[in-house]
Amino acid sequence: MSNDNQNILGIYSYFDLFINSIKELRKKGFENIRAFSPFPNHEIENVLDTGREPSKIKYFTLFGAILGALVGASFTVLTSIDWPIVTSAKPIVSIPPYMIIIFECTVLIGGLSTFLGLIINSRLRKNVPPELYDERFSNDKFGILVNCPSSDIEQVENILKNYGSEEIKIDGASVIAEELVEPKEEKLDEGSTEEETTPDQEEKNED
Amino acid sequence: MMSEVAKPQRYSTVNETVMNMLNKPSFGWWSIFVVDLLFLGFGIFCFMYQIYTGLGVAGYSHPVLWGVYITNFVFWVGIAHSGTLISAILYLFRARFRMSIYRIAEAMTVFAVFTAGLFPIIHLGRPWNFYWLLPYPNQRGLWVNFDSPLVWDVFAVGTYLTISSIFFFIGMIPDIAAIRDSVVGKTKKAFYSVLSLGWKGSNWEWSHYTRTYFYFAAFATPLVISVHSVVSWDFAMANTPGWHTTIFAPYFVAGAIFSGLAMVITLVIPIRKIFKLEDYITIDNFDCMAKMIILTSSIVFYAYLTEFFIAWYSDNKYEYDQFLYRATGDYALFYWTMMFCNGIVPLVLWFKKIRQNLKALFIVSLLINVGMWFERFNIIVISLSNEFEPGSWGLYKPTWVELGITVGSFAWFFMFFLIFVRTLPALSIAEIKETLPVPKKNGDSHYE
Repeated sequence: MSNDNQNILGIYSYFDLFINSIKELRKKGFENIRAFSPFPNHEIENVLDTGREPSKIKYFTLFGAILGALVGASFTVLTSIDWPIVTSAKPIVSIPPYMIIIFECTVLIGGLSTFLGLIINSRLRKNVPPELYDERFSNDKFGILVNCPSSDIEQVENILKNYGSEEIKIDGASVIAEELVEPKEEKLDEGSTEEETTPDQEEKNED
Repeated sequence: MMSEVAKPQRYSTVNETVMNMLNKPSFGWWSIFVVDLLFLGFGIFCFMYQIYTGLGVAGYSHPVLWGVYITNFVFWVGIAHSGTLISAILYLFRARFRMSIYRIAEAMTVFAVFTAGLFPIIHLGRPWNFYWLLPYPNQRGLWVNFDSPLVWDVFAVGTYLTISSIFFFIGMIPDIAAIRDSVVGKTKKAFYSVLSLGWKGSNWEWSHYTRTYFYFAAFATPLVISVHSVVSWDFAMANTPGWHTTIFAPYFVAGAIFSGLAMVITLVIPIRKIFKLEDYITIDNFDCMAKMIILTSSIVFYAYLTEFFIAWYSDNKYEYDQFLYRATGDYALFYWTMMFCNGIVPLVLWFKKIRQNLKALFIVSLLINVGMWFERFNIIVISLSNEFEPGSWGLYKPTWVELGITVGSFAWFFMFFLIFVRTLPALSIAEIKETLPVPKKNGDSHYE
């Protein structure tokens, strides 16, 4: 996020309004969007992640599993060779019992690496500016966070408002829509918006 | 199998329900907790007495040198299995009835492994040397014997404990964040903030999260099968009659899931009643669980019969004699208790009326718990007491110390569980919300 960029957050109660806002924002070319929801949902993924890179977690899983198998195999084989002692008249390196150790190590290290992948990839600690997180996102509200150049903030704000956002926050400053702007039915269906849908916008945002 | 959450609730209702469970504990909870701690204290006293006096206070005598402690180990590892079954395998199969109960089942898994892990140590004559089992080179540079099933056990149970704990924790992260957002009090807020790892619920997090969950489920599924197979090989690798058979791995895995499902039902029925979760954990959910019990009980019962068939058909005198002894010898009462509880009692679940009657289901689940404990006891003790040489036959009776530690182990398990239902989200907030209809401004909605 460069310095002349600003964050703007819109909060929604209704899922369809929320999804339509995201669609509209992406159509208008705003790509730096983060959506908040109390549960995972495929529709959000569909509207937000199409044309984006898929999650990298799978590489962590694969790498961890291969590393685990190698660790298991080398651990058992090398330690047996290190001090060759015959047990139960079996070969020094007896593969069948080692398969069990190799399997367990594969799962263990693969699992740990997947967990690490989750923490690294989703940057759990600092993925969202904390002042723009709303505690209702874990309860019953949906949110859209857009990062855009300061000059575009007004346009984004208008889109969010017109699509039914109940509350808008801009980098700390909070604006509550005075009356909920009803989105027009046909606009939702066609997904096309004209710029002149904002005649009644007063200067509601105290910067 | 498509039962869902019973009534459409608002999203906020789900949060409120879970927050209510975390309210200040009632007098009832405290009294149960204190009684539990008393039992646990007695168990700890028994263990200390055993350390001080020596393993002689356990009923071990030649030839039975594996007794109640190993029975408890296998029993608790078995209990641990259905949690992962419900959270991982049913997740991969998209069985929605898991939604309401999987958190409780996962918690049960983790706490059961905590309990199981104690018993190999309690069983040791010198428990302070338990670290000899860990893979490290000893003073002479010699490593552990990787051919030994006991070392496999360490790897399998250790991996299972780690993976199921992380799986349990990952599932809870979004729900802990939900608690963090509505809990009052500075200390509590700090506690849940740290545990939530800063979860915000953005689409970025969710997309990584759902993948992670899927891969964990994919890892946990073969793991759960491997763990009880390895535990069964602790026995099957030895040439003792009654142990040395190839059906042990599937037989133990089915038995483990069977006992675990029964334990889940035993735990969920009171929790549902106490916390009034009837809207979330429906009768249909229990019905599905009961059907899975029928399946696993059939496998187990079939294995019981197969053991007899093999003993007769293999024409192995020792094997044959072992099974004759099980059914008619000194421990016949235990054997038939097991047959009755695990083979006959679950047959009543073929009737829908009983599957949907929680009192009946509760009694059935308790009987299965008893039956499965005796199954482990029978396999371990009866096989050892009647090995090859008549000269070395002998009887084993558990002593009060062993029974005290067994009771203590139940108290230990319930202690964790009692703390869990009061501190962590026992229902999966996010997954239950997934099953609710989304609130829509235009169109059908449960939001008026």
